[in-house]
Amino acid sequence: MSLLRMEEITKRFPGVVANDQVDLVLEEGEIHALLGENGSGKSTLMNMLYGIYRPDAGRILLRDKEVQFSSPTDAISAGIGMVHQHFMLVPTMTVTENVILGLKEQKGRWNPLLDTRGAEKRINALAEQYGLDIEPNARVWQLPVGAQQRVEILKSLYRNAEILVLDEPTAVLAPKEVEHLIEVLRNLARSGKSIIFISHKLNEVIQLADRVSVLRNGVLSGQVDVADATASQLAEMMVGRQVETPKKKPRKSGETILTTANLVVKDDRSLIAVDDLTFDLAKGEIFGVAGVDGNGQKELTEAIAGVRSIESGNLEISGLSKSRGKRFREIGHVTEDRHQTGVVLPFSLWENYALKVCGTPPYGNWLNMNTGVMQEQTRAAIDQFSIKATGPDVAMSTLSGGNQQKVVLARELALDPKLLLAAQPTRGLDVGAAEYVHERLLSARDSGMAIMLISTELEEVLALSDRIMVMYEGKSMGLVDASQASREMLGLMMAGVSLENIENGMSQ
Amino acid sequence: MEAFFSVLDADFFSATLRLTTPLLFATLGGILNERAGVINIGLEGTMLMAALIGVFGAWFSGSAWFGLFTGILIGGLIAWIHAFVSISLKANQIVSGAAINLIGVGLSSFLIRIVFGLKDQQRVVPHFEPVSVPYLSDIPLIGPILFQQHSLVYVALLLVPIMWVILFRTRWGLMITSVGEHPEASATVGINPLRTRYIAVILSGALAGAGGAFLSLGQLHFFQDEMVAGRGFIALAAVIFARWNPVGALIACLIFGGADALQFRGQAAGLAVPHQFMLMFPYVLTLAILVVVGGKSQGPAAIGQPYSKG
Ligand SMILES: Nc1ncnc2c1ncn2[C@@H]1O[C@H](COP(=O)(O)OP(=O)(O)OP(=O)(O)O)[C@@H](O)[C@H]1O
Ligand SMILES: [Mg+2]
Repeated sequence: MSLLRMEEITKRFPGVVANDQVDLVLEEGEIHALLGENGSGKSTLMNMLYGIYRPDAGRILLRDKEVQFSSPTDAISAGIGMVHQHFMLVPTMTVTENVILGLKEQKGRWNPLLDTRGAEKRINALAEQYGLDIEPNARVWQLPVGAQQRVEILKSLYRNAEILVLDEPTAVLAPKEVEHLIEVLRNLARSGKSIIFISHKLNEVIQLADRVSVLRNGVLSGQVDVADATASQLAEMMVGRQVETPKKKPRKSGETILTTANLVVKDDRSLIAVDDLTFDLAKGEIFGVAGVDGNGQKELTEAIAGVRSIESGNLEISGLSKSRGKRFREIGHVTEDRHQTGVVLPFSLWENYALKVCGTPPYGNWLNMNTGVMQEQTRAAIDQFSIKATGPDVAMSTLSGGNQQKVVLARELALDPKLLLAAQPTRGLDVGAAEYVHERLLSARDSGMAIMLISTELEEVLALSDRIMVMYEGKSMGLVDASQASREMLGLMMAGVSLENIENGMSQ
Repeated sequence: MEAFFSVLDADFFSATLRLTTPLLFATLGGILNERAGVINIGLEGTMLMAALIGVFGAWFSGSAWFGLFTGILIGGLIAWIHAFVSISLKANQIVSGAAINLIGVGLSSFLIRIVFGLKDQQRVVPHFEPVSVPYLSDIPLIGPILFQQHSLVYVALLLVPIMWVILFRTRWGLMITSVGEHPEASATVGINPLRTRYIAVILSGALAGAGGAFLSLGQLHFFQDEMVAGRGFIALAAVIFARWNPVGALIACLIFGGADALQFRGQAAGLAVPHQFMLMFPYVLTLAILVVVGGKSQGPAAIGQPYSKG
């Protein structure tokens, strides 16, 4: 008897079949990875398991008993927990409050006061049992992403989840946090919980999963034991061809376009986020900024993009127009949180495209928008980036996460900017799409674009950058030539050890 | 200057508490609906209608308490309409609230003339009298201020800790806060954001209704056109000043109530300031306070945004 069987699940959206007779079997204590290209239907399948969507056809069986979920509440009470790509936590509340939200945790039958003490005890016990590092009294907004994710996991465990679904859990995590998560998931599986996780990172899948199911265009294209598979095999199953790592040509020297000196920038809470940064960036260069999320990268990029004022120090960009409006269009800006700052979800694809390009010929001028051209260009971008969408008129919100990201990239590259600020450009992209984006970035560099690549992923930074700066708590831990950098060294710097100290061997 | 300080006597403090009470009811109500993510600028109109219906209720039943009850009822009813328009129909909450205010002004002055007749509009109805708490009211200074008030004053003061406990120490409080901050997240743990918002808005209307009925039945003893005189709007400011916290509401309302009392006392003491300036005082203070604290305070994240499933 299997714990969970999803049988011949079909789900259609207007114009697309997101899932076409998909079968998925999950055993007790198993870690099951769900792989597939962007838009292949992974999130949709999991949302049906969690009661967010209802399948058009097919059955879901839990321990051989058919179940029907009409809401997440049903799924939760059947022992299914889900950690979404976008966390479902209330930022102003404490960890404990978030965990017990909606539950009847009161002091007594007739005493409606919240039993926070009792809840905390249980939270601590669960945290200890599974090795989750958590602070019950902290407010969620104060926690780094990794910790927020642990709160989500805890929330499910607290509700006695037997099956835990994680949608791209590692996309937002720093390498250290990924290790912690993997440890936690292993502990969970060891004590009998079953896990389904979606990921685009093949090495993690191989490291963690027992079995892998691969979706392609909504159809189950394969199911293998991880023991029998290699990363390149999995990649081929996903995208139907071999995936290669990008080759970097030697760099041509170009003139400096961006210089900063002792730059200080504050964040939304008026705390210093960028602390005394001095660096420069030249045309035809990819300047990598590595570091764990939330160490000032966002504020730095926003300051350069001109959407955040600087506190002190110097920030100069040469060769751009004086006019503020034109300047905005000469800088490409791929923001790290696409939902908050990258796209307008209810707008159509071409309207999202228009946001940036609308005033610039041939897309239009100061008065007039040339909608035809913009739709045409959006259609072209859909082809080039192989965006899974039925056309330029569909709403952004109907696209899968990775495909939304591709639209942003296409838009920001559309005007051929002189300076491109690319924060997490391949976050949520499948290996094939990531390969394409890497190629695009490299060819843009070769044709003279200055690119600042902000990424938490060391592989990406190492493969693309010419020089790499590591940020920690707003400060630079050092600037190295990519040819001289190694994973270990960058990892240490990301943890706050400065380059000097590493070179002096004082890191112990 | 001396004349100014001479007004700060027991009467002044007693009047402060009395004038604070209707504001406090409305502000606590405002906190409730805003925490749940619904903005209700219709508090003013709601209070006005409740003041009117309270007068009718008291007149026809002969009991001030029944009048209060009808005031609360009409407050809840009006809020229910606001809830329906802004939560179910997902219409603009500001427009819906503004409509309540406009209709409130017109309808109340129409109804008072219809029901009591043109000549007898300001008919005095059965009303609340201050009650003296035995022994305690004999304490000098403190006694008359704290223990010779209308019973509703005590109710309003008691509501402050009660609401604080409900909001911060019970699961209902968590539910209300969560649907105002992140309704999608609440929905995933089985809370019904729509229903929770409905309840919060209706209760808030009932509270504003109590405030309105207190204005007519506790202070004026009759109904007068536009007698709420902007207190519903001051309550909206007080919500922000209070940072959506009932204890803050008490402080904010005491400040505004004090300003109001000062203004009355100033007029009575015959200060050499035109009385129009005196009348302006509480409102100018409201503006000034909002300028100072308004920009910095951060309200519920999902305020004003209708929630729709999936
Ligand atoms: N609400 C919706 N309305 C219309 N189409 C949708 C909706 N949700 C998803 N789709 C479509 O269904 C398909 C599958 O989307 P899904 O989000 O499941 O992909 P995914 O495998 O999770 O991709 P990614 O790796 O990019 O997250 C896509 O073509 C997407 O555009
Ligand atoms: Mg997805």
